[in-house]
Amino acid sequence: MAGVQVANLSRSFGAHTALDDVSIDFADGGFYALLGPSGSGKTTLLRQIAGFDFPDSGRIAIGGESVERVPVEKRRIGMVFQNYALFPNMSVADNVAFGLSVRGEAKATIQSEVQRALDLVQLGKLGARRPHQLSGGQRQRVALARAIVTKPRVLLLDEPLGALDKALRVDMQIELKRIQREIGITTIFVTHDQEEALTMSDRIGILRDGRLVQEGPPEEIYDRPKSEFAATFLGDANILRGETTGTGIRLPDGTAIAAGAGATLAGGATASCAVRPERIRIGTDSGTSDPNANMLRGQVSKRIFAGNNSTYFVDRNGQTIKVTVQNTGVEKLAEGQKVVLRWSPESTVLIAAS
Amino acid sequence: MAGQVATGSRSGLRSALPLLVPAYLWLTVAIFLPLSAMVFFSFMTELPLPGKAWSFTLDNYATFFSQPLYLTLLAASLRLGLEVTLWCIVIGYPAAYVLAKVFRGRSREAIFLLVILPFWSNGLVRIFSWAMVLREGGILDSALNAVLPFNINIDLMYSYPAVIIGLVHSYVPYMVLTCYLTLQAIDDSLIEAGRSLGASRLQMLKRVIIPLSMPGLVAGAALIFVPVVGSFMEPRILGGRTGTFYGTVIEDQFVAVFNWPLGAALSFILLAVVLVILALASPVLKRAA
Repeated sequence: MAGVQVANLSRSFGAHTALDDVSIDFADGGFYALLGPSGSGKTTLLRQIAGFDFPDSGRIAIGGESVERVPVEKRRIGMVFQNYALFPNMSVADNVAFGLSVRGEAKATIQSEVQRALDLVQLGKLGARRPHQLSGGQRQRVALARAIVTKPRVLLLDEPLGALDKALRVDMQIELKRIQREIGITTIFVTHDQEEALTMSDRIGILRDGRLVQEGPPEEIYDRPKSEFAATFLGDANILRGETTGTGIRLPDGTAIAAGAGATLAGGATASCAVRPERIRIGTDSGTSDPNANMLRGQVSKRIFAGNNSTYFVDRNGQTIKVTVQNTGVEKLAEGQKVVLRWSPESTVLIAAS
Repeated sequence: MAGQVATGSRSGLRSALPLLVPAYLWLTVAIFLPLSAMVFFSFMTELPLPGKAWSFTLDNYATFFSQPLYLTLLAASLRLGLEVTLWCIVIGYPAAYVLAKVFRGRSREAIFLLVILPFWSNGLVRIFSWAMVLREGGILDSALNAVLPFNINIDLMYSYPAVIIGLVHSYVPYMVLTCYLTLQAIDDSLIEAGRSLGASRLQMLKRVIIPLSMPGLVAGAALIFVPVVGSFMEPRILGGRTGTFYGTVIEDQFVAVFNWPLGAALSFILLAVVLVILALASPVLKRAA
């Protein structure tokens, strides 16, 4: 096992900059998600760490050892591909055995290690099958067993759950997390699915246009996004823009919004406040229960029912503000109704204009 | 449910039948009928020409076994087929690999065109142009003497190597094409997965790429081996006196000696031998694939 350090990594393909000065410290034994839209550079970064491609500049270290010019076959990594990439000409057991047998391990060792790996992913009895005889979820497990049986220093996963349907994906998230904890391997996981990133990882790195936008534990990024992009890409957020007052912003119509978190900014600059839809309380009365709360008035333009919760789209001076409420069965607001929105400054994050 | 599927496929077969008819009608007329005539001929004493008496006989087949020359020539032809097939694999497979896995887009199309180019020229023209290259004082000889500081004398014309060169040139595109198709179908992520597991390029080739492209290799080998064993044009023109093979002897029976019954019998013996070889080889090749 080993941690991975990436420092000032850059990589261009022709005129396209795929990675631009990215530095991340992947802690030993941690589960790290690289999150970003397609084209953000997250897969390029993973392939650099794997060794399929070399950086133009920067440093990659695995377990303290510089590897940026070491080819993939010498890096001792385990990788799970989006399409599983199982060898169709081999049985499940031979697929898992591949990494050990190309290293020239003894037959008996290979056999017991393969069985252990297959047991770990709960496919102990399917060793004799061919990959095409397995379901998508089972292939996924074989790919994982094949990647970890060689005891790699780091496990790299390239959108491994992308091809599975939703129910299976949730199962595999739990399973993957269990296996990762059990063997304690440093894991780097590429995904464009924010929910997957939030539920599975200890830390998340958000990438955009080849740059690292923000990096930290899921709660920290969710509660204290440092950019509008981070706020809206990880979870849902309402963005209010105006002129900063140092501890909040003043909207163009003069309404003051107080922010209890985020950047400290000099007064006068343009800035924005982000607030999560579920932090806003929605009601019809104008009575003030909390004098410090931020308050906006608006009109319900739409309500979307999603089972356990509902999202109201509230129109205020042409801007739509989303409010998510739990369906307690008590309150139901009609479209067109005038409403008052309230939320605490602690739920408001001040963000510098980007 | 199962019954439904069965009727579905049966009516599918019925509606697909008209699509099969032209091909099979053509095969019947163009191959089956002449071939039947040849089977018939191979059991006759004489060609059924006016004024000639003929009867049925097994002598034509007996001739093959009574004269050791034919067996020797058949062995030589089989060896020729094997050698040409091997050379086609050695030359064609790496080219197919590079085409399928290294080149992309326009450059791949251009290189591909060069591979198929021999198909577009007349076979006889190709062989005679080889004759110009290979003979003493020919293009190869002059070119080497122009470059090398010492004098060498290269005369490959009318030799076994000349026959091999001509045949490999004619048939290597088949190997490139069949191997290219199977190699191209191998997902690049399989190769990446193998490398991430620590396999060297040679190990990947041996354990993943060659097994997965085996169908292409087998198809290419069959497409080359069968016609080369019966070939007569290249051996005759490029081989001269050393170019007597089973195929040239059959050709002689039809063209020079005018003994069609013997020629037909020798052809069917060749067909039987080739079929036996393919039948014996298929389980081995299937296991390898």
